[in-house]
Parts: sequence; structure tokens; C-alpha cells
Amino acid sequence: MKFWRKPLDIDEIKIPKGEVHIIKDRCKGCGFCVEYCPKEVLEISEEFNKMGYHPPYVKNPDNCLNCHLCEMLCPDFAIYCIEKVEEEGIIA
Amino acid sequence: MKTNDKGVLTGTHNLSGNQACAEGALAAGCRFLSAYPIPPSIEVIERFTQRVKEVDAIFIQMEDEISVLAAVLGASWAGKKAMTVTSGPGLSLMMEHIGLGVMLETPCVIVNVQRCGPSEGTPNSPSQGDVMQARWGSHGDYEIIVIYPNSPQEMFTQTIEAFNLSEKYRTPVVILSDESIARMVEKVVIPPASKINLEPRKHYKGPKNKYLPFKYDKDLVPPMVNAGEGYKFHITGLTHDEKGYPVMNEECQELNVHRLVRKIRNYVDNIINIEEKNLSDAEIVVVSYGITSRTVDKALKQARKDGIKVGSLRLITIWPFPDKEIMKLSKKVKAFIVPELNFGQILLEVQRCNYGNAKIRFVEYGHEEIQNPDPILNAIRSLTK
Amino acid sequence: MKNVKHPMDFYLRMDRMPHIWCTGCGIGLTATAFVAAMEKAKLDTNKVCVVSGIGCTGRFAGYIKLDSFHTTHGRAIPFATGLKLANPELKVVVVSGDGDLISIGGNHFIHAARRNIDMVVICVNNFIYAMTGGQVAPTTPLTAYTTTSPYGNFEPPSNIPQIAESSGAVYVARWTALHIRRLTNSIFEALNKPGFTVVEVISPCAQYYSRINRLGDGLDMMKFYHENSQIKHWEPTDNLYIDYQKEIIVGKFVDRERPTYSESYKKWLGE
Repeated sequence: MKFWRKPLDIDEIKIPKGEVHIIKDRCKGCGFCVEYCPKEVLEISEEFNKMGYHPPYVKNPDNCLNCHLCEMLCPDFAIYCIEKVEEEGIIA
Repeated sequence: MKTNDKGVLTGTHNLSGNQACAEGALAAGCRFLSAYPIPPSIEVIERFTQRVKEVDAIFIQMEDEISVLAAVLGASWAGKKAMTVTSGPGLSLMMEHIGLGVMLETPCVIVNVQRCGPSEGTPNSPSQGDVMQARWGSHGDYEIIVIYPNSPQEMFTQTIEAFNLSEKYRTPVVILSDESIARMVEKVVIPPASKINLEPRKHYKGPKNKYLPFKYDKDLVPPMVNAGEGYKFHITGLTHDEKGYPVMNEECQELNVHRLVRKIRNYVDNIINIEEKNLSDAEIVVVSYGITSRTVDKALKQARKDGIKVGSLRLITIWPFPDKEIMKLSKKVKAFIVPELNFGQILLEVQRCNYGNAKIRFVEYGHEEIQNPDPILNAIRSLTK
Repeated sequence: MKNVKHPMDFYLRMDRMPHIWCTGCGIGLTATAFVAAMEKAKLDTNKVCVVSGIGCTGRFAGYIKLDSFHTTHGRAIPFATGLKLANPELKVVVVSGDGDLISIGGNHFIHAARRNIDMVVICVNNFIYAMTGGQVAPTTPLTAYTTTSPYGNFEPPSNIPQIAESSGAVYVARWTALHIRRLTNSIFEALNKPGFTVVEVISPCAQYYSRINRLGDGLDMMKFYHENSQIKHWEPTDNLYIDYQKEIIVGKFVDRERPTYSESYKKWLGE
């Protein structure tokens, strides 16, 4: 991440990292999560789930900031994210 | 189970049928009344609201009769004994939720003080025109219990009985009354609370996570729980499975609709309450109920004086109909007389159970007419000729 | 993928999933918002009841793992009234559709608001009767097509926030299903507010409303609602009519204090 100037509290701030989990068989392929993910983590996959929909897959796992928007925007309770525990913690 | 002493107005009182009904409800532990004012049932509401504070009960006057019964069902699921009171036009609006009450197996009592119909009719005249509506009014096949008292004293005792039946069989129970009984003032003896038997709600006793709202016991009645007790149950008016989830298949149709009918039909003998008079040697039997049965008594006395062998069968429970009793009698007696304040409703049932064995004479009281024993007496006499 | 349990599963009847709502429908989003709001409010889940009527949204009660009641068409509010009055400890939430609450249940809606009965009403407005196949609803905007308005709808639609406010609701908000965090926050506020609170959720009907009006799929409708909604808090509710495919004003419009029915009942009975 690039900054105009170095923030004073850069040592204390941690940018959260998330891990997206997709429960493929619940997905009905509406595409809300893919469309509205602010970091473009997800993309619709080519594979079919057991209901015949194309569930999303995690294309850019490192971009996820654990904002939970995909989780909130999923009408089928098929996607959620959990916080990834980082060893380093600080990303400058 | 004892009643709350506060609700029981022990002693001898002069009460109208409507007032006795309200007292019966309070004595039965009813603590929720929701109603919409409609004559000739208003005195029940008035009596109940006057006593609300004393007994810590809830009364709400809803916006229409549809919401009235919906609120009653809601209150019943929240654990209160609940009832409503209305008259013909109101009962027509309630039909939707009588069906829901049957489907959700919700104990509640609906009092219908009949007036002349159809439509608005004559609000303050007696009629027995809702007898069939009370049985068949809501759509779909179902069984329901309907009680028809004939005096203020019976309004008291049968209201308690109605609550007991509704708790025992988990079904809505309808009390039919009519304008004459509703406004007739008579002596009503109210026993002490300890002498009043109340049927407790059949509460589920097993572990919380194993509760299934429609898993029934041997008596075909599933135990119930109340909202807010942590069972997290789901119930629906759609055909459902044991869990209460909507499922549309034959098995669930059997579980629901067939069982709902059987849970009443299998216990018809326990439910039915009839009053027999002079039936042992009777050749003519008058089948009556409600206010007409009081006219019948007078006619019967006179006929017996004249040496006519006549008896009376009074229906206190009109639905389920006492098929067996009528059938048995039909083989024994010469004729049935059916007087009604309508154009022949219970008459049809008597005809059905008669199988053509005995003669049937219908005594029709035109609506709004002052009741008189003479037409019955004439019918009895004409049958002896 | 070690853990395949969704964090909201605790509040859902997972044995009934997948739910019946179509791809691109907003009712599922209302469910996530409701669950998230309930979690945020830290309510005792044993004491929360959900009552629904009939229709697509009527199925809501069946998927939420609380004491849940699926009642008759339009009568969710009176049923909930009975529940709440008989046991004031309960937190009663009515979730139903626009046809259920405003058309067949309109009278109950008005009177429950007038009495200020303590309940949360979440009205999912998809502008159409979807469960029955796309008939004209009291909220269908002018000129929109439905199966029973094949020449375009000429009946002016209801303005739900205005009905709620003028009837006496103490809290009225409207969001589209996509304003998920604001919607969650509104439901959270409504859950914490005593009295009759109304949250209207503008939800895409991706099957019927969109198909007959050629509005694309659920995602297209979502995008449209998102781009054409304007947040105007405290907007007078008579400005909130929704025109066909025009701007939708969303926000929190009413937040006021009135004694609830139960409070008044206790007060007048001198308890």
C-alpha cells in the first residue's frame, strides 16, 4: 500500500486480512458478492454446484480485508469470511 | 388444577346469559379477551372489561373480527387461555382463523351469540341460523366442537367446559348462544374455585432440543409449548410435518388433516353431552337445543298430562352430532319432532341419522317470532292421530 | 475449507435450506440483515418471535430459528399483537411483504400503528405479488406491467412510510436491500425502540417484476436501485412515492416517542 506521507500511527494500525469461505452447494449464482466486493476478491467460476448454478471462487485471496460485505450480501448464506491471523501484523 | 380464586365470583347471582358467559370464562382461567363490539354479544365484553383489573387480564378491542381471532390465537400461543365473543356477521369474518386455529391446533373459545341473518339481519332478535356455519364455515375438511347451552347457568358451566375441551383436544371450541339466552336473567350459582375442575394445557415435558410441535401422543393430541420458552419452534397454516415445516405430500396430509379429524371423532363419546328426558317409554321424541329446548319442556309437560308418550333429547354438544343416539332412537320410536329457530339445519342431521326409520316432523319458528309451545304441541298431537 | 459452518447458521433452520427465494431476490438479504441486527442487539433469542403472513416474504418465519409463526394472509400483525399482549416479555417481529401488510393487512397495519403496539415490522416491498405469479400489488408503480395490469398499472401506489407515519409509527425507515449495512442498522435501531417501528425494504423481484418489465436479472435491478436511490434522512414522508424506474428516496424518516400500548394499558389500569 502506498501513502502520500507516512501516517504517524502506522506501527499500531493493522490492516485486517480476511479469508473467504464459500459453501458452494448453497449458492444460487446471483453474483451479488462478485459485483459488490470492494477489493474484487471473487469471480464466478465455470464449475456447477449440485443445484446447477455457477458459484463464485476466490480469485484474489490476498486482497480480502475481512469487510464481511459478501457475507452480508449473500441471500443464500453461502459465503462468509473470517479474520486471517497474520504473523507479522503490520503491512507498510 | 385450581382456578385463580380472584376470577371466580363464588355465590348465587342474578346474571344474564352473556354475563354468565364472561364469569364462566374468568372462572375457567381465561385471561385474554379480544373482541369487536356486535350485538347481542356486547354484555360479555362489558362484563369482562369491568373485571379485567381485578383478575389481571387483558382485553383488546381490535379493528375487526378477523384480527380479533388472530390475536386470540397469538395469545393462546403465548400461553394465555384466550377467547372471543361475537355474533353472526363477526363469525363470518372469523372463519379464516377458525381454520388456522384447527390447523395449528390452538386451544381457544369462540362465543357466537346468534342473531337473525343473513347479512346484518336483525341484530337483536333470536335465531339459530348459524348452526351449520359453526360446523362447516371455514374451508377444507375439519372437525370442531360446538356447544349450545340453554340457560344462563349453563352459559357459565359450559363456558368452563368449552375451555376444558379446547385444552384437552387442542382445538377451537365454539359456544353458540342466542339473543334470548344472552339477555335472559336467571339465577346462576357459581361454585367455589376449588370445586371447578379445569383441564391443564398439555405441556411438553421432554428435552428442549427434541421438541417437535406436531409429534402426537397416543391420544392423537400433540403436547404444546408456549412462545418465549426457548423451544424455537415453527408452526404454519400450510400442511406440515411433525416439525411444523410445510411439506405437501400424502404422508403429511395423513398426519395433519386425517389426524385432526380423528382426534375428535375417536373421542366423540367423551365429548358429546346430551340431556334425555322421559325417553324410556317415549314414542315421540323431540330433538331440540338452545332456547327452543325450553319451549319444548313446556310442550312436553302438557303432552304428558294429555297422556302422550313423548320424550325429549336435548343436544348440549351439537357438533360432533350424536349420530349413535339418534340412530338407536330411530329404531325405537315412531317419530321425531325437530323444532328450530331456522329453516331446518339440525333437521338435516336428524334425517341423516334416522335412515328413514321414524317419521320426522319439523317445527319451524320463523325468525324473530316469540317462541310458543303450541306449534310443538300441535305437532305432537298430529302425530298421535 | 475446514469449517463449512456459516456464522449465521445458528439463527437459521438449516434443515430447511436451500430456501425458496429465487436467484437475485432481496428477501434473503433482509434475512441476513435481520440476523445481523439481532446479533448486534444481543437479544435473548429465546424471547424473540417472528410472525409472517403469506407470500414470498411470508416464508421468512420458516427459515429463522426462533419461535416463528407462519399465519394467514395479511394477519401477521394481529397475531403478533396477541402474542405481545399476552406475554410482554417477548420481542415480536413481523416480517412480511407489501401485499400482505399493506393490501390485505392494511387495516391491521394502520391500527397496530395507531395503538403503538411494541413490535418491529419489516415490510419487504418488491412492487408485485410474486408468490402467485406476478400480479399487480398496492405498491406497483404507475405504468409498470404485471400479469393483471397488462396495459400498464394505472392505480396510484401506496406510500408505505407515509401510511406508517400518519398512523402513528414511532420509527420509519426505508432502504433498498443493497444498503445492507444501513438496513441492518435500521433494524437494530427498530429492535431497540419501544413501539411500532417500520422498516421498508425495497427488494428486487428478479423473476416476475423484472421479467415482465424487462429489467434484467436480480443483479441488474440491484444496480439500478443502488444507483437511483438517494439517501435523504428526515425527508417528509409525503415525498416518498416511488415512480416507475425513477429515483427512490431512502433513509430514516421518523424517529419519535409515543407511549406504547402496553405502557398505557398498565398506566390506565393503575398498576
